[in-house]
Amino acid sequence: MILHLDPALLARLQFAFTISFHILFPAFTIGLASWLAVVEWRWLKTGDETYRDVYQMWVKIFAVTFGMGVVSGVVLSYQFGTNWSVFSDKVGNVLGPLLGFEVLTAFFLEASFLGIMLFGWNRVSPKMHFAATVTVASGTLVSAFWILSANSWMQTPQGFMIGDDGLYYPTNWLAIIFNSSFPYRMVHMVVAAYLTTAFAVSGVGAFYLFRKKFTRQAKVMFAMAMLMAVFVAPLQLLFGDLHGLNTFKEQPVKVAAMEGLWETQKGAPLVLFGWPDEGLETTRFAIEIPKISSLILTHSLDGEVRGLKEWPADRRPPVAPVFWSFRIMVGVGMMMILTGVFAVFLYWKKRLFDSPWFLRWCMAMTPAGFVAVLSGWFVTEIGRQPYIVFNSLLTAESISPVAGIHVGLSLVAFMIIYGLVFGAGIYYIVRLVAKGPVPEADTPYGGHGITKPPIVSDAVKASGGDHV
Amino acid sequence: MFSFQGFIDLPLVWYALIATAVFLYVLLDGFDLGLGILFPFAPSEKCQDRMMTSIAPFWDGNETWLVMGGGGLFAAFPLAYAILMPAFYIPIILMLLGLILRGVSFEFRFKAHDRSKKRWGYVFHLGSLVATMTQGMILGAFVQGISVTGRSFSGGPFDWLNAFSVMTGVALVAGYALLGATWLIMKTEDVTQAWARKCTGYLFWHVAFFMGLVSLCMPIMDPRIRELWFSLPHFAYLGIMPISCIILFWLLWRDLRHQNEYRPFFLIQGIFLMNYIGIGISTWPWLVPYQVTFSQAAAAPESQSLLLVGAVIMLPVVLAYTGYCYWLFRGKSSHESAY
Repeated sequence: MILHLDPALLARLQFAFTISFHILFPAFTIGLASWLAVVEWRWLKTGDETYRDVYQMWVKIFAVTFGMGVVSGVVLSYQFGTNWSVFSDKVGNVLGPLLGFEVLTAFFLEASFLGIMLFGWNRVSPKMHFAATVTVASGTLVSAFWILSANSWMQTPQGFMIGDDGLYYPTNWLAIIFNSSFPYRMVHMVVAAYLTTAFAVSGVGAFYLFRKKFTRQAKVMFAMAMLMAVFVAPLQLLFGDLHGLNTFKEQPVKVAAMEGLWETQKGAPLVLFGWPDEGLETTRFAIEIPKISSLILTHSLDGEVRGLKEWPADRRPPVAPVFWSFRIMVGVGMMMILTGVFAVFLYWKKRLFDSPWFLRWCMAMTPAGFVAVLSGWFVTEIGRQPYIVFNSLLTAESISPVAGIHVGLSLVAFMIIYGLVFGAGIYYIVRLVAKGPVPEADTPYGGHGITKPPIVSDAVKASGGDHV
Repeated sequence: MFSFQGFIDLPLVWYALIATAVFLYVLLDGFDLGLGILFPFAPSEKCQDRMMTSIAPFWDGNETWLVMGGGGLFAAFPLAYAILMPAFYIPIILMLLGLILRGVSFEFRFKAHDRSKKRWGYVFHLGSLVATMTQGMILGAFVQGISVTGRSFSGGPFDWLNAFSVMTGVALVAGYALLGATWLIMKTEDVTQAWARKCTGYLFWHVAFFMGLVSLCMPIMDPRIRELWFSLPHFAYLGIMPISCIILFWLLWRDLRHQNEYRPFFLIQGIFLMNYIGIGISTWPWLVPYQVTFSQAAAAPESQSLLLVGAVIMLPVVLAYTGYCYWLFRGKSSHESAY
């Protein structure tokens, strides 16, 4: 029980909770929508029913996650007002249009064409259905564009001036939308979403291969996911590094917290592990590699890296959560790259689909992307504290005039409802996975009145009607 | 940087756009929320399946208009957004929780069996009911006015809760249920349709009663509204609204006896439109009633201009593909393979 109901802390907790919950779904659906588009394209191109089976299994999982993403996203669009009304009033002129554009260009697009994706099978031609899938996939990317633009502006604000009334006024829209950290954040996040999906899909594929079920479909899932791991996971390391360099330039205090570096020094070491202690202003038990931090950040062994002590204590982010989240994100990223290396090796040995240890490893890696995305967000969002708009507006000065008790009670209500919803969502996804890519010849889609197109029953006849 | 402020009255244009978005939300999510309210009273599980199927491809798009209303208010009138959201803190949180429960119960009910299917049906009902009730209460509290000091809400956490707002909440439940029932008359056949007709006949009187009651209460409660509606020459042309409302009710009554399938749904929409315009006139030009007008709450002209470019290009596109989806899934909803 929090005895002292501080509305600022509770509002932060509530936002952290609702957005952490929400981001899991876009992280998954951005990648899944694009992947489904590729799978459907392969089906149209080759006529191979395996692809359609895979599509129809995953589109149901997509529907469940998309539904949870939508409802948890609606909450966020109102939370700016309920918990952060001073922030909304002050920066509304700048951020309002960006969020408005998200609704206009992406939200409606996704919502409308999702209906066709799910229920339009024999109402539209296969090409039109494919167009709907591509539209939903583009919608998720456009959505990410606007949200990340708004978020990046809060990290690296530019193109605005503060009026005499204390409100923020736009002076240059291009500078606001394409602010200096936006391109890095956009690429890093979208690639993270693709990797999240790849590892979730490969986990399921590995499970089927391990159990020797649905082998044909599982190979499609597994092979496509491994292609992502081989080529994209190392690229992500590069994108992350570029993003880090940008952060070093724009938000050096965040980088200092990520590195657990207290003293400004030339030739700063890379702290692998340690225990950041804010009281003593040092990182205890640090295991360091000399000069590497300077090498990474300044591309010179003797480059100067500013330490946390350069900033007053009340202008530093909480060090330990940033420090640890960063290490988790990088660690998971390394495991993803390692998976790609294993995959190449096994492919070369012609054992990609049947080495039990690797299938087990991939099953264990199923949630890897989610862990990495969440910890990455913790780094970037907690690292921005104590500011809500970096170096410009303090988080504590942005909250609504509402009592702590209400923020606290609504936080509890969100936790209960989200727990229920998330639990049920996971349960139904697990059940869909357990059922597998079985074409249901004569039962309507999901059992609720919309039948599959006739081509599905042909496919069942062609394969003897027995997949189990 | 550009601004259209010299050419058009930007705040007025945005007032109209957001009012339209909120009205579209009321019409569209209104019928699927209403369907949720009626859900557990359906004669059989098969009927319930038909009901769900009839809105499954649409509900997501319908709800987007609520985001458009909230997001548009934030973008075009940040001051009003910053005052109204904390003022309605509790009902908004409750509404969101209701919408969450109801949104996920679509997907979950489709995938569940037997007992848990039934349970998700009740969750669907409860979520719809809570969302509708809170929306109605927010409306009732809104027209009564809001305490403001400086640039923020300064009232108590339960200002929104009183007899009048409870009444508007119940009124909206009846109104949405009537929208839902007439939607079902249009989209279903046989047993479900016959049942929906019965619901319509029953709800008809509730809605007429509540609309009369609200129309009476508002001028009695507030002298400003009384002054506006009952002074000449306003009375003469504002009178068109209640009169057309009565005509629409009469047409609806006739249609119910003559078994028309499509017109009732659109007549109800007409009745909603008349009431909506009535509320708009009563609260004009306030965006935070009796405290902040829509022009005082307006965002910087540059912000309103930029978003207007987006709205002018995108809204027709959005309406076109929303229309396409409704056309694509036209016809009767069925349990069997009609689709």
